[in-house]
Amino acid sequence: MRISKRRFPFPVHILVFLAPAVLLYSLFMVIPLVNSLRLSFFEINNQNQVSFAGLQNYVKLFTDSNFAPSFWRALRNNFVFFAVHMLVQNPIGLLLAALLAAGGRIRNFFRTIIFMPTVLSVVIIGFIWQLILNPLWGVAESMLEAVGLGAWFGPWLGKPETALVTVALISVWQFVGIPMILFYAALIGIPEELTEAARVDGATGWEIFWHVKFPLILPTVGIVSVLTFVGNFNAFDLIYTMKGANAGPDFSTDIMGTLFYRTFFGQQLQLGNPTMGATVAAMMFLIILTGVLLYMFLWARRVQSYEL
Amino acid sequence: MRTTPLYRLRQWIEKSIPIIILTIYALISLFPIVMILFNSFKAKKAIFGTPFALPTSETFSLIGYETVLDRATFHIYFLNSGIVTFVALVLTLFVGAMAAFALAEYDFPGNAMVALYLSIGIMIPIRLGTVGILRLMVSLKLVNTLTGLILIYVAQALPMTIFILSQFMRQVPKDLKDAARIDGASEYRIFGMVLPLVRPALGAIGIFTMIPIWNDLWFPLIVAPSAKTATVTLGVQQFLGQWVSDWNAVLSSLTMAMIPILLLYIIFSQQMIRSITAGALK
Repeated sequence: MRISKRRFPFPVHILVFLAPAVLLYSLFMVIPLVNSLRLSFFEINNQNQVSFAGLQNYVKLFTDSNFAPSFWRALRNNFVFFAVHMLVQNPIGLLLAALLAAGGRIRNFFRTIIFMPTVLSVVIIGFIWQLILNPLWGVAESMLEAVGLGAWFGPWLGKPETALVTVALISVWQFVGIPMILFYAALIGIPEELTEAARVDGATGWEIFWHVKFPLILPTVGIVSVLTFVGNFNAFDLIYTMKGANAGPDFSTDIMGTLFYRTFFGQQLQLGNPTMGATVAAMMFLIILTGVLLYMFLWARRVQSYEL
Repeated sequence: MRTTPLYRLRQWIEKSIPIIILTIYALISLFPIVMILFNSFKAKKAIFGTPFALPTSETFSLIGYETVLDRATFHIYFLNSGIVTFVALVLTLFVGAMAAFALAEYDFPGNAMVALYLSIGIMIPIRLGTVGILRLMVSLKLVNTLTGLILIYVAQALPMTIFILSQFMRQVPKDLKDAARIDGASEYRIFGMVLPLVRPALGAIGIFTMIPIWNDLWFPLIVAPSAKTATVTLGVQQFLGQWVSDWNAVLSSLTMAMIPILLLYIIFSQQMIRSITAGALK
């Protein structure tokens, strides 16, 4: 039997539809990203000559006394920054979502209010909190005094021991709306029959939440975690706004994003270094990629089976 | 049925605890923003003397706004942000819709590969390519231009736009398109027909594309830091850096930078939140 050959015209229209997006995306995102990664294997000398350096930049970043201490510090700080988000932002987001999921006009109003800081620029949020926490203005201090915690107040942003956690909590305050809204969407999607069955069996609200609802929203827990991870290891604006490129005091708020900026553009005493900057960016890329792949292959696969 | 007052009281408390927690958290979310808004309309003495009070006829002052309008070129920043956000938004939606249509409509070899290639950008932040982007901008002579910023933002927003839009386009009934094809409509005409049908999705994606572009500090700082091309976010950041000690000016410039996004949010918040909840349900 012969399959009859029908000549289709070449699908020019598919090319026309796809070309602009693929070109723009490739030219301004993928190719620069690949070039950045490539540059991390090269060296540029004072005469602006580029030469292949193998893994030398990475060795320098991990061991050289000019780079290694700040790299490891930024990496550690970034994990602290991430931990604060996982331990504070996402549980609060889940609590608020659980409370909002009951519905009603007043809860919808609260939902709108709590999501509001999320849409504002990080620069604005950074300055607002700098003013609120400023001892000169004393707003935060008088508020703490009003609830009897006045003695707790201190120049949190100015002390190396507290600055990083304070900045992380400000970021939590701003972005709690994102986990909240994602958990909320997952919770209101749970079919009522499931919770009703548990209620008939005499389960309390607390039991229903942890034994029926929570297992069902596990996929969202994964998505929220990976979004938090990517966002945190890519963060820059808040620290740059509040503490400058030097991520003070004494580099105590330095994370990967600010380290990347300083290494690439330089600071007061040190010239910018494109290849070392590219190396820091490549490390950020590797960290983020690891997180995303772990999520995709370990979490997302295992959790799929629980889905309805 | 036992409905003793004590039982009813217990029920009332159980019902109101969630509302109390939500009220407290809503206050925590709102109060820093409200503090800035109120105090920007007060004289310096009242900002420090009675920070928690509303502005009264005695303490009311616009001195901060006068300083800002005098010293800073806010109208240029607003214009720049407006142009960049608007053009990037329109380009993203149009170019993204075309690609999404191709991926959703035609079963061509390599469809899955192109879709995968385009979706890498959903998870990998474009910032990591900054070194390469800056070098490209230098060679294209696009440093300190709004065009450079627009192109970067379009590339940044395309992956998510295409991913979401192609899902919506798959839901457009096939009969509709096939009927048009039988009538001899070209594929471009059919695209023009489908586009209005996914308008709600375009609106939602539009809002979520716009906000990060308007708020971005990184690329204006690196690619277009000149006074002529500064966006609102960068302009405020630099202005505030210079005027830290002038509280009136600081509070007023923060308020001015917040107002457009807050207004937009208040108008579209219901739609925005509904679109996330609807999207996540799928």
